[in-house]
Amino acid sequence: MTQPFLAIRNVSKAFGQFRALLNVSLDVQAGTVLCLIGASGSGKTTLLRCVNQLVTIDSGGIWLDGDLLGMQVKSGRLHRLSEAEIARQRLKTGMVFQRFNLFPHMTALENVAEGPVQVHRRKPLEVRDEALELLARVGLADKAANYPAQLSGGQQQRVAIARALAMRPKLMLFDEPTSALDPELVGEVLAVMKELARSQMTMIVVTHELGFAREVADRVVYMDAGRIVEEGAPSQVLGAPNEPRTKAFLSAVIS
Amino acid sequence: MSPGPAQALAEGFPDLQGLPVARRAHVGRWAAAALIVIALLALVRAFAKGQIEWSYVGRFMTVPAIVEGIVNTVVMAVAAMALGIVLGVIVAVMRLSPNPVLRTVASGYAWLFRGTPVILQLLLWFNLALVFPVIGVPGLWSGRAVDVMTPFLSALLGLGINQGAYTSEVMRAGMLSVDIGQYEAAQAIGMSRLLALRRIILPQAMRVVIPPLGNEFIGMVKLTSLASVIQYPEVLHSAENIYYANSRVIELLIVAGVWYLAVVSVLTPLQMLLERRFARGFSGNAR
Repeated sequence: MTQPFLAIRNVSKAFGQFRALLNVSLDVQAGTVLCLIGASGSGKTTLLRCVNQLVTIDSGGIWLDGDLLGMQVKSGRLHRLSEAEIARQRLKTGMVFQRFNLFPHMTALENVAEGPVQVHRRKPLEVRDEALELLARVGLADKAANYPAQLSGGQQQRVAIARALAMRPKLMLFDEPTSALDPELVGEVLAVMKELARSQMTMIVVTHELGFAREVADRVVYMDAGRIVEEGAPSQVLGAPNEPRTKAFLSAVIS
Repeated sequence: MSPGPAQALAEGFPDLQGLPVARRAHVGRWAAAALIVIALLALVRAFAKGQIEWSYVGRFMTVPAIVEGIVNTVVMAVAAMALGIVLGVIVAVMRLSPNPVLRTVASGYAWLFRGTPVILQLLLWFNLALVFPVIGVPGLWSGRAVDVMTPFLSALLGLGINQGAYTSEVMRAGMLSVDIGQYEAAQAIGMSRLLALRRIILPQAMRVVIPPLGNEFIGMVKLTSLASVIQYPEVLHSAENIYYANSRVIELLIVAGVWYLAVVSVLTPLQMLLERRFARGFSGNAR
């Protein structure tokens, strides 16, 4: 087996007294989709946020595409990276938030073009065409000039996906992307994510959409109380779980 | 709310269709308005019969010294407010910085300049020559403090730096009002802290801070009158100089008051224009 694209090794994280992650290790191979499931408070969102360094880990290490995240080994000691170096490492990941977090003072097109123009310092005209293509890819070519407040939740989330893709990330992180949506809008966002998975994008998806996990995921990980309880193929974890806790969770979600 | 006639009849209710809607009498409103008009008339009569030479008021409205004075007032208000906003933004960003040194310096600045009267600060700047006869940048330039600290520069520094201390709190409140998710989204597309502040956080904070900043600006227009104590020729200073000569104290104070009111009246629609500019995207029918 080749070196995994993302390697999480013995990662722990506590917020005060609350231990959000306990010695978590996980691999993600390039071009695969991993779905993280579990009850709220089980640490799945924290794990995702550790990968793009919105959360700083207490111990352990995360390697993305061969680079150690947030730290550097120099003469036998760990040195924290500077803010600028962390910002550069973040460029390899794209993040989609539960609450969209589109920039409300910018149109859909401006939201998508903001990163490439301001961070990559590319020419606005050339970025514009690319941003329009991305909006077309998520089915929103006609909404380029609309502000987020004029879009439905599903449309906003699709703009948010386009905004993340505009930075040409190698790994896409989805934090419960459909949890804030009205039920009838969930499908359009999942459809965009399925298309993305088919295009061989490496993805980690925190989700409660078990149907999506079953259909799209290469691997499913069930977390509880900051630990990985069970991981494997979707047919195994979702269809024939070994662990009693996984069974209890699944029967609670499905019923 | 318009039941069909058939339905209304069927249920035994009277038919409401076609009935005119009567207007309410609003007795209280009319009574209040009448009382206020009477009070105003009495006030006007009192001032008309009082010892005010209204012809002087009209004549001195547009004399060169007064017009120059109001121009100086506006110039000082704009310049000091601009300095205040620049300092306020910098200090607010420093206060929200993870760097404890910057945070402490910023708090110290706000503490010092909010904690002392602005008139005292004006007098200190104006009399800086008593402390430092010669000021300058070592090796580059230097001059005698009496020549450098003109009334204009003293007033600008005194008012602007004091304003910066207050504006920093307004800006900080505005930045705190922006959802933390906006900052995370900016970081997630690889923005540095300062770039996120400039492109994402501050534009959204502006929407919130413009009403209180408008307040501060109106305050500043009037605060410039304090600069008369350090010989800055703003409109109140000019009015005083004239009434020292002709003893028309009340007439010239009214002249200055009317000018202040005029300037402040112009500011309100300007503020509305600014608010509309920064409200982009925040109403369903933006643009």
